[in-house]
Amino acid sequence: MSTLHLVNKSPFERNSLDACLRLAAKGSAVLLFEDGVIGAMQNTKHSDAINTAMSDHKFYVLGPDIKARGLNDDNVIDGINVIDYDGFVDLTTEHKTVQSWL
Amino acid sequence: MEDEGVVKKFCYMNRKAPYGTIYALESLEVVLIAAAFDQDISLVFADDGVYQLTNNQDTDGIGMKNFSKTYTALGDYDIKKIYVEKESLEERGLTADDLQALKYEDEDDDWAEKDSLFVVGREELSKIIDEQDVVLSF
Amino acid sequence: MPLEVNGQSYETDEEGYLANLNDWQPELAEAMATADGAELSDNHWEVINFLREYYEEYQIAPAVRVLTKAIGKKLGKDKGNSKYLYELFPYGPAKQACKYAGLPKPTGCV
Repeated sequence: MSTLHLVNKSPFERNSLDACLRLAAKGSAVLLFEDGVIGAMQNTKHSDAINTAMSDHKFYVLGPDIKARGLNDDNVIDGINVIDYDGFVDLTTEHKTVQSWL
Repeated sequence: MEDEGVVKKFCYMNRKAPYGTIYALESLEVVLIAAAFDQDISLVFADDGVYQLTNNQDTDGIGMKNFSKTYTALGDYDIKKIYVEKESLEERGLTADDLQALKYEDEDDDWAEKDSLFVVGREELSKIIDEQDVVLSF
Repeated sequence: MPLEVNGQSYETDEEGYLANLNDWQPELAEAMATADGAELSDNHWEVINFLREYYEEYQIAPAVRVLTKAIGKKLGKDKGNSKYLYELFPYGPAKQACKYAGLPKPTGCV
């Protein structure tokens, strides 16, 4: 199994998501959580970054972090899977390695 | 003690999303304390700081206190100037409708409810910041 | 020091504030008042209940100045002044009443 990449920083605040997308191998998965969920929202200045990377990676976003910030699952970029904490745990066990982008 | 003292213009600049870091909550607590000193206070929300004011925050799933409700008490603390940068909202696909309504009750006008949140453009915000005596960054 | 009421033990901090907001019940307020040598009247309860409602809505315990103004608006000018509130809660309306209401100490209150 491939690598699971974790991004917990807003793309407006840090370049973690950019760096992750630049260096993550094709076929690896990316999970956005904490402030990283901001990167999963559509119609933002940074939405295109994920839209263009969609064919190379599977994308996941943690639902509880979306709700906490007053954001809506309906506004998540099409093709990103909204998951809960159980799904988070499953992802970490399904992948060979987990890499955090701080 | 009877001296009215010097009133300075204090601006609290909020540029981070809530919950991911402690900045938003710390800023709010400092503002609530500082409100007791009868200074001329403005709050600015720009960049990811605009997420602090979103409607319908629900933190049950992350086990943290939902402090977004506290912003609606700022009127009680005589904080009546809350500026949100329009361009920051736009870059994030948000509009003023995605934010909580923040109001204060005007004691001198039979407790009429008045808006305390203003969405302002970059140029106007730049002027507002330039007029401050002290800007505190969070 | 834990607070003992009806055979149950409730955790408090070093100043006697309830550790867990959800533990609160009217009997705890009575017990705290008794420990301070006070007895709770309807007038006390008005303020305590007001504080609990305020916390429920805004997630903070209000500063004294804010409490005074809000009480005045809700319960009338004769109650919305610090003399009245300090007579009810001589240790400080925000501090003492918040403690009885099971709330944390007001932000900025030392």
